[in-house]
Amino acid sequence: MSGLLKFITCGSVDDGKSTLIGHMLYDAKLIYADQKNSLILDSRVGSRGGKVDYSLLLDGLMAEREQGITIDAAYRYFNTEKRSFIVADTPGHEEYTRNMAVGASFADLAVILVDASKGLLSQTRRHVRICALMGIRHFVFAVNKMDLAGYQEKVFRAIAYDIEKLMLEFTSDSRAIMPVSAVEGDNITEVSLKTPWYQGKPLLAYLEDIDVSGKKADSTFVMPIQRVSRPHAEFRGFQGQAAGGSLQTGDTVFILPSHETAKVNKLLAAGRETGEVTAGQAVTVVLDRETDISRGCVLVKEDHFPVCRLFRANLLWMDDTELVEGRNYLMKLGTKVVPATVLKLHYRTDVNTGDRIPPKYGRKNDILNCDISLSEKVVLNSFENCPELGRFILINRVTDMTSACGTICHPLRRSDNLTWQNLDVTREIRAGGLNQKPCTIWFTGLSGAGKSTIANALEKALVSMGRHTMLLDGDNVRMGLNRDLGFSERDRVENIRRIAETAKLMNDAGLIVLAAAISPFSSDRKNARAIIGGVFFEVYVDTSLEECEQRDVKGLYKKARLGKLPNFTGVDSPYEIPENPELTVFTERNSVEEIVELIIQRAGL
Amino acid sequence: MMEELTHLDKLEAEAIYILREVAAECEKPVMLYSIGKDSSVMLHLAQKAFYPEKPPFPFLHIDTTWKFKEMIAFRDRTAREKGMELLVYTNKDGLRQGINPFDHGSAYTDIMKTQALKQALDKYGFTAAFGGGRRDEEKSRAKERIFSFRNEAHAWDPKNQRPEMWNLYNTVLKKGESMRVFPLSNWTEKDIWQYICRERIEIVPLYFAKERPVVYRDGVIIMVDDERMRLMPGEKIQMKKVRFRTLGCYPLTGAVESDAETLEDIVDETLGAVSSERTSRVIDKDAGSGSMERRKREGYF
Repeated sequence: MSGLLKFITCGSVDDGKSTLIGHMLYDAKLIYADQKNSLILDSRVGSRGGKVDYSLLLDGLMAEREQGITIDAAYRYFNTEKRSFIVADTPGHEEYTRNMAVGASFADLAVILVDASKGLLSQTRRHVRICALMGIRHFVFAVNKMDLAGYQEKVFRAIAYDIEKLMLEFTSDSRAIMPVSAVEGDNITEVSLKTPWYQGKPLLAYLEDIDVSGKKADSTFVMPIQRVSRPHAEFRGFQGQAAGGSLQTGDTVFILPSHETAKVNKLLAAGRETGEVTAGQAVTVVLDRETDISRGCVLVKEDHFPVCRLFRANLLWMDDTELVEGRNYLMKLGTKVVPATVLKLHYRTDVNTGDRIPPKYGRKNDILNCDISLSEKVVLNSFENCPELGRFILINRVTDMTSACGTICHPLRRSDNLTWQNLDVTREIRAGGLNQKPCTIWFTGLSGAGKSTIANALEKALVSMGRHTMLLDGDNVRMGLNRDLGFSERDRVENIRRIAETAKLMNDAGLIVLAAAISPFSSDRKNARAIIGGVFFEVYVDTSLEECEQRDVKGLYKKARLGKLPNFTGVDSPYEIPENPELTVFTERNSVEEIVELIIQRAGL
Repeated sequence: MMEELTHLDKLEAEAIYILREVAAECEKPVMLYSIGKDSSVMLHLAQKAFYPEKPPFPFLHIDTTWKFKEMIAFRDRTAREKGMELLVYTNKDGLRQGINPFDHGSAYTDIMKTQALKQALDKYGFTAAFGGGRRDEEKSRAKERIFSFRNEAHAWDPKNQRPEMWNLYNTVLKKGESMRVFPLSNWTEKDIWQYICRERIEIVPLYFAKERPVVYRDGVIIMVDDERMRLMPGEKIQMKKVRFRTLGCYPLTGAVESDAETLEDIVDETLGAVSSERTSRVIDKDAGSGSMERRKREGYF
């Protein structure tokens, strides 16, 4: 078989993936002399007692060599007389599953290692499921460490049976199971004499001969637009990579999502004029008329692609933050980037049994099935029909990390759209739209302690960070909502209750609330905490009474001392110092800027 | 039906896709231009990707002042002929301190290359920089993403790379953060030469074998490019027919003895090579295994 083969090695920790590839390259004389020398040198200080440690050829990061593990995928390029190969050697540790998935997204075939002494582990099964999710249809199972199992056929057969059983769940185009020893080199480049009961090819020969081209259906022309080029008034070219089919000058194309049509006037492939372009080429299309096309539009020859806002998908969740229904992300699909909400989690697949378990939320490395809704209509398709428009990533809007990758099962139309109608718009959904975590920062302290000053400065800082905020200042609230309240104890309790209820409503609307009120009694503050819930963050603004009296910005202390203001906190009414505030700040020691910085950090704003 | 795309066609299409993604999604891209063969291929791809438009980003050369004379002449002529917007940056402070490859070893690379690069990127506020790095060059490069995220200090965190699925590149950045982008990630040295040959791309003549004045030093052949070259006791300048597999600062770049005078000769020679091309880079041997990763963490390409 000629042509390039892209494959990955995967499997659980210590199943010998890097060693297998290292040994294969070494035996097939596919490494340079200087690489061989440094391998032999590195092995001397390694863990194999001076024997060549083939894994060192691939584990290129310092941390990997120190810990003797693979952290991220390594790509190796090699040729035999028959074929060119790119192999991604991927990590087995559960912690680095996402890096294994990166390798899988790029490969046509997976070599899955299974330790003969351990059999199919959870992590092995997880990797098989991820390979299938990412669209791999060719599988080779290398049952490794046969040397440690005495090259016994029955050990191999038992594992092969488990593999066949697991593979019943998946559609695959080719499948092979072979006994190998990565360390000793059995059945890697040559047939091993120690496994006379194995009739198949050694691994390298198998990889040289396998046909992964598949039966390509008569696909039709599709091209997501990457970029519109207009160097001068006479030229307007639409750049992109043809994802399927072919296109000729003179053909009529549809522009999605607008469904406009136009004729192809001119075609460039990799910058050279041509009469026809085909799948995989870098294309520039010039049309015969002015059309409304921008990045994210799709050119097609046949107008049968769904344009919709809702679809069912399978996801691999890769973020440390949990996935909950209603959370908002950026989705990239083809060349389109669009806000997306995970509406409904249908099930999580148990990696061992394949059972579908109803999930409350998605955790890192979970394989999930869910509905996703988009903020606008997008051209998409099932992964099976058109991979280029059927796969996507979700980007965390706070950390910018790639949180998930997924493939589309099928678009959902309005009539299927029951989930949307059933869904309550929750605080999370509203906050997700604002791209923030709602909370209430509650400032308590004596009059003149600096609560409003800090709250004001904090609000400015938050707004400049793109946050959506609301400041509830005790004095201002008293002029409106609480105009009917005085300073009796009963009224003070009611004053705080109303501020807390208002803060809670605003949290529900997704806002970050800054409440500044003397709130001298700990029972009131406890009550506020109970109303507002887990997002309550109490900041005690600790300023001495002497300092407050000296500042006396509003002249209130003076009045109180003269007996003109009864029940004034600090003078003739007590202030109960908070026992366990989330944060205490000292205005006599730190600047406003420092305090603002500290609050942002501690409250995780 | 048309014939299936060749391996080189596919690599070319992949690189062009990446160039266009950056031009479309990144705020202020730049292409690093180091004058070597990989840079020549990148420049060629950039011209093809956007034709008839000119590449919609400038080119940046970090000039250590120790490049081969022929490289600088080639750079200036190429910029003129192609009409590219070329920025040349030198770490003036390092120059004032007299930092040079003879006295300062790895500090030279750090100050005149890594620091200079970071200064230049900050000065112009570039948010994405194309580099010609290939995964087949070195072990830590083999681990790097095509879109390699760098923090405000330009540092690479190899233990926490963004997952990169299919061709869906996540280019979202916060202020101060940036991307290094490697469109040639999946090319090998052989692919580069075969592509140069196929496309008849012009490269610096130093890649072709010719009689040149050289000295032999610690098993490396160093060309005497100007009078600043310091000779060790007992070293004699001799004329040898040599060529270069990679180009950099002349006192740090090893030549190989060769008769390859044409691109076809070079392709043949590369196909039969027994050593990797980085053996001719003195700096890679400096700090042993892991030195490339260390430099990348500090902001090197």
